[in-house]
Amino acid sequence: MSELSVKHLLGIKYIQPKDIELIFQTADHFKEVINRPIKKVPSLRDITIANLFFENSTRTKLSFELAEKRLSADVINFSAAQSSVKKGETLIDTVNNILSMKVDMVVMRHPNPGAGVFLSKHINASIINAGDGAHEHPTQALLDSYSIRERLGEVAGKNVVIVGDILHSRVALSNIFSLQKQGANVKICGPKTLIPKHIEKLGVTVETNLRKALEWADVANMLRIQNERLDISYFPSTREYTQQYGVTKDLLNSLNKEVIIMHPGPINRGVEITSDVADSDQAIILNQVENGVAIRMAIIYLLASKIK
Amino acid sequence: MTKQKVLLSSKEVNIILHRLTSQLIEKHEDFSNTVLIGIQPRGVFLANRIKSLLEDFYKVPNVKLGLLDITFFRDDFRRGDKTLEANTTTIDFIIEDKNVIFIDDVLYTGRSISAALTAMQSFGRPKDIELLTLIDRRFSRHLPIQPNYKGRQVDVINEEKVVVKWAENGGEDTVYLISK
Repeated sequence: MSELSVKHLLGIKYIQPKDIELIFQTADHFKEVINRPIKKVPSLRDITIANLFFENSTRTKLSFELAEKRLSADVINFSAAQSSVKKGETLIDTVNNILSMKVDMVVMRHPNPGAGVFLSKHINASIINAGDGAHEHPTQALLDSYSIRERLGEVAGKNVVIVGDILHSRVALSNIFSLQKQGANVKICGPKTLIPKHIEKLGVTVETNLRKALEWADVANMLRIQNERLDISYFPSTREYTQQYGVTKDLLNSLNKEVIIMHPGPINRGVEITSDVADSDQAIILNQVENGVAIRMAIIYLLASKIK
Repeated sequence: MTKQKVLLSSKEVNIILHRLTSQLIEKHEDFSNTVLIGIQPRGVFLANRIKSLLEDFYKVPNVKLGLLDITFFRDDFRRGDKTLEANTTTIDFIIEDKNVIFIDDVLYTGRSISAALTAMQSFGRPKDIELLTLIDRRFSRHLPIQPNYKGRQVDVINEEKVVVKWAENGGEDTVYLISK
């Protein structure tokens, strides 16, 4: 297998396990490339990519831009804050205007779930979803699994607990799909108010006690409380959330095993994890960031090779 | 119907490998400032053979061999039907100011070597780069690239294919000419 089964990366839901394996194998090669003295390859010198960010992003945007530049693609950046979207232009009009400038691929972050799928029905360019509302964030899920594979050898059979605000998290949903497609067991942990109803139907188990969840887990993926999306009060106070669901060094030391700690960022130090946990050897948070560039290079490379 | 003709037998391949290795020693002596780079995927077998001959038969110690994958440097990305599949690159030594010897099994259009020259720039600035190839397909070049050390020069038309088989892949060392 040397080709992806899809033309766009809209979500993990739409790709096959063998696609994930191909992306990981390709990322292995790019990881070697980005550790060379000169980290750039000329593969995509005739491809133009538009990064359309209708919602704020630091890490993902930088990571995508770096991946595109390391592949020698031409890059144009767009953020909604400084654009005609504010003047009332529709999504399709905005994108079609950009595509008229002969753009081959679109990387899009949008506050509305399904924005990528909607766009893929109206335009010809290849689309990579860089996060659509509380729906999916496929590249983050892939780099998370890739980091688990790197640290533990494989993803299949591992116990992964996702802790925190599951209700508002696109990272959680993409991770559930991605981990399950690779044969891992997934548990969700957080206050009941932040766990979507009927989430068990996705094949995950739910645990509200953090200690019990960590005793079960090989890996804990810590999510932040998305204060900007909390329209009502889901828990009494941040202090109380931290007491119930914050991971501390003492808690980890009291378990009789080493649990790998992951975090998609941005970290709220002292809320979901303490500083000594974030900076410990158990945490692979910065490996995730490094792997993010390699994974995105692999995805862009594989999708670009399908553009004729 | 495809026709298959033996261009080089196992015995001939063995003699050629000894000759090429001797030529390398003549020029590079103790290999103290020389490194071998096998071009992925097919040049690696030949490169491994040369390295073991140098070390085991001619007693040249510590010959450095790296493997270079040129997939991301090729000029035919998106021009074929298939996605180009990458191989591993392993160069765990410094190439700055070294004499580099590229090793590949068949030199045909010269495009792979051109890509390898570009790829090499990512690792630094070697003193010079030479090319060793088992088979040189004369009159098929698209670029002005010639080998410094060649096993056998052959005149083959474009429709014909030169296939190098190595004992490592099962069977024995043989070079075939396949025509339709």
